[in-house]
Amino acid sequence: MHRNVRFAVSVLAVTSMVALVGCSTAADNDGDTQTLKIVYQETDSFTALDTLFTKIKPEFEAAHDGVTVELQPIQANDDDYSTKLALSQQSGETAPDVFYEDTFRLRSDIDAGYLLNLDDHVAGWDDWSQFNEGAKAAGMGDDGSIYAVPLGTDTRAIWYSKPVLEAAGITIPWQPETWDDILEVARAIQDSQPAVVPFNMYAGKGTGEGTVMQSFYELLYGTGDELYNEDEQKWVVGSDGFKDSLDFLKTLYDEGLAVTPAEALDANVWKKVFGELFPQGKLGGTVEGSYTPSFWQEGGSYAWPEYVDDMGVAAFPTQNGEAPQGVSMSGGWTLAVGAKTENPDLAFEFLTLALNQENALWYDINNSQIAVRADVASEQSYLEANPFVAAVTDLVSVTHFRPATSDYPKISAEVQAATEAVITGQLRVDDAAAAYDAAVEGIVGSDKVTD
Amino acid sequence: MTAEVIVPALAGPAPAGRTGRRQKPTTTWRLLPILPAIVLLLIFLAGPVVWSFYGSFTNASLTGVNAQNPAWIGFGNYLRLFSDPVFPLSLGLTVVFVLASAIVGQNFLGLGIALLMNRAHRFVAGAVGTCVVAAWVLPEIVAAFVAYAYFSQDGTLNQLLAALGMTGPNWLYSFPMLAIVLANVWRGTAFSMMVYRAALNDVPIEITEAAMIDGAGGAKRLFLITIPMIKSSITTNLMLITLQTLSVFTLVWVMTAGGPGNQSTILPVMAFQEAFRFSDIGYGTAIATVMLLIGAVFSIIYIRALRPSKG
Repeated sequence: MHRNVRFAVSVLAVTSMVALVGCSTAADNDGDTQTLKIVYQETDSFTALDTLFTKIKPEFEAAHDGVTVELQPIQANDDDYSTKLALSQQSGETAPDVFYEDTFRLRSDIDAGYLLNLDDHVAGWDDWSQFNEGAKAAGMGDDGSIYAVPLGTDTRAIWYSKPVLEAAGITIPWQPETWDDILEVARAIQDSQPAVVPFNMYAGKGTGEGTVMQSFYELLYGTGDELYNEDEQKWVVGSDGFKDSLDFLKTLYDEGLAVTPAEALDANVWKKVFGELFPQGKLGGTVEGSYTPSFWQEGGSYAWPEYVDDMGVAAFPTQNGEAPQGVSMSGGWTLAVGAKTENPDLAFEFLTLALNQENALWYDINNSQIAVRADVASEQSYLEANPFVAAVTDLVSVTHFRPATSDYPKISAEVQAATEAVITGQLRVDDAAAAYDAAVEGIVGSDKVTD
Repeated sequence: MTAEVIVPALAGPAPAGRTGRRQKPTTTWRLLPILPAIVLLLIFLAGPVVWSFYGSFTNASLTGVNAQNPAWIGFGNYLRLFSDPVFPLSLGLTVVFVLASAIVGQNFLGLGIALLMNRAHRFVAGAVGTCVVAAWVLPEIVAAFVAYAYFSQDGTLNQLLAALGMTGPNWLYSFPMLAIVLANVWRGTAFSMMVYRAALNDVPIEITEAAMIDGAGGAKRLFLITIPMIKSSITTNLMLITLQTLSVFTLVWVMTAGGPGNQSTILPVMAFQEAFRFSDIGYGTAIATVMLLIGAVFSIIYIRALRPSKG
């Protein structure tokens, strides 16, 4: 009987081993070939990075004998991309060597141990001095070390349709000084052109980070209140600015000045804004990023050459016209090296090739990014890439950054939920703000919030 | 006659003694061919369940410090869940979803169609069967997009209503629960219909005919003969469709993503959102564990109902 038990155990062991070996298909590349896995996002409206990597892949492979660059584009929206990326980081087998990462998720992912410390690598990189201080800070962890290198940055502004505003009797160029100016113009458009959406601002969970970056924070940071108190290192709860901002969104949606709440909750509403509403002259204005021209320029996903003449840009105003008379938000995406990489030097070299002057210039022009390299920012071809480069670059002086803490992504999701509750009428403004306050306290603890 | 009695008596004790000694070796050897299957089941079915159960007691996360060093937090996730205002709502929506779409919708519609098909012309029965099964053979993601295209603002349903001169609401926004319940009924009725067709075929025609001769009408025959005779099929079917509906995710995610607000956030959607949108794996697995318990409660109820009544 003992013999049989032992036999059964050994059979069990053997079969489990067979099963386990069957699971690990990826072979170890310890021989003379090495593989670099590059993970990044690709969507029907974001192909610039894919084009760039496809271009430099043969260059890199030619320069390094026996190295294969494996491009792994993930076709997904921002939220799904970050989830898939985080899941791939769970195992050395699937973790990328080089990957594309949003600045607002950096600190959180650094804490999770997904990113390689690049201090030693950038120290020996001549081009590093070309990057501006803001860009260097964007890739920095809480410990002051560099973990990622930005591809570019962006700002947010009001984009408005000149024909629509002119038809409503508004003088062009338009620059609202207060929130009420926006409502006034929106109501004028509503009265003169009933078929036009007067002024849209994103809200709800569908548009994800777009809801906060291209809508809510422009409001909040123009009230004098903020999301996070950097000095105290605490999250702000119970602020009037938060409620006023929700209230402004509620007004836009309740009066039918924005798209319908049902449309706003559709994750693809921004495609409608760029692809249909603006080109067809059915939208007065919206808040969008400096990268907006990338959709409309030649080769963009919603090519519309007339945008150069039809569109105008204005700074988003502060609530009552307080200094500095404008608000903008900045973010941007970076390239980082995976902490689990077996070839850190090679991975960093690929990163530097992708971000050298020539490639950064191409990328910033084709993806309408605000350059972070001095030798790109001064290039004539960059400055002339579209008529709006100067205007959106000026907004850097009034821009804000999201709190760079690892709790931020969760709190952002709570802000999005608050906007959704308000525009759909599920909660009153005060209740939505109170629910947000309770959620924030639940996430960070009561010692990390302040009134 | 005597031979029949003697043979077992003779054969009885002697082999019994032999098998008594051999019983265990034989059983062990017999386990051998199914061992790989057991191992695979343990790894791929029991493994994730155990992992999920374990994960629900930790603060494991997809990002942040807890991704690197998840800590044991005991019942923390469960305490948080029971004080989460979304949880009772989500639990209620899940129960409504299961009751309305599975137990009422799929079950009764499936039984009704099966009964009618038994009487219908072969051609009609075939055509109806094909239509019903078509929704069921579609991959879930395709069925979900079809349902989305049907119920959305400019979808098929509203175009049909427009042709009749009516303006339909945005179903997915104004009536999200109704939309997903109808979609799940549409998708899942085929299963119940097929189970009941098979069961009805097993009801001996003689009994029904005898009842008819005794003067039992249609309703009486249905409630006194047919339903008692397919009782075990009904409970089996109820159990299967309940468990299937409890785990419906793709359909709801594609159609409403749990919105607007949380108005159609059934538990699987809530678990997904917490685990993968908010990166809170520990909390997400706690919700999954609660779903497992709900499924277990339903199963126990059905299994008890299935137990053959004594006497």
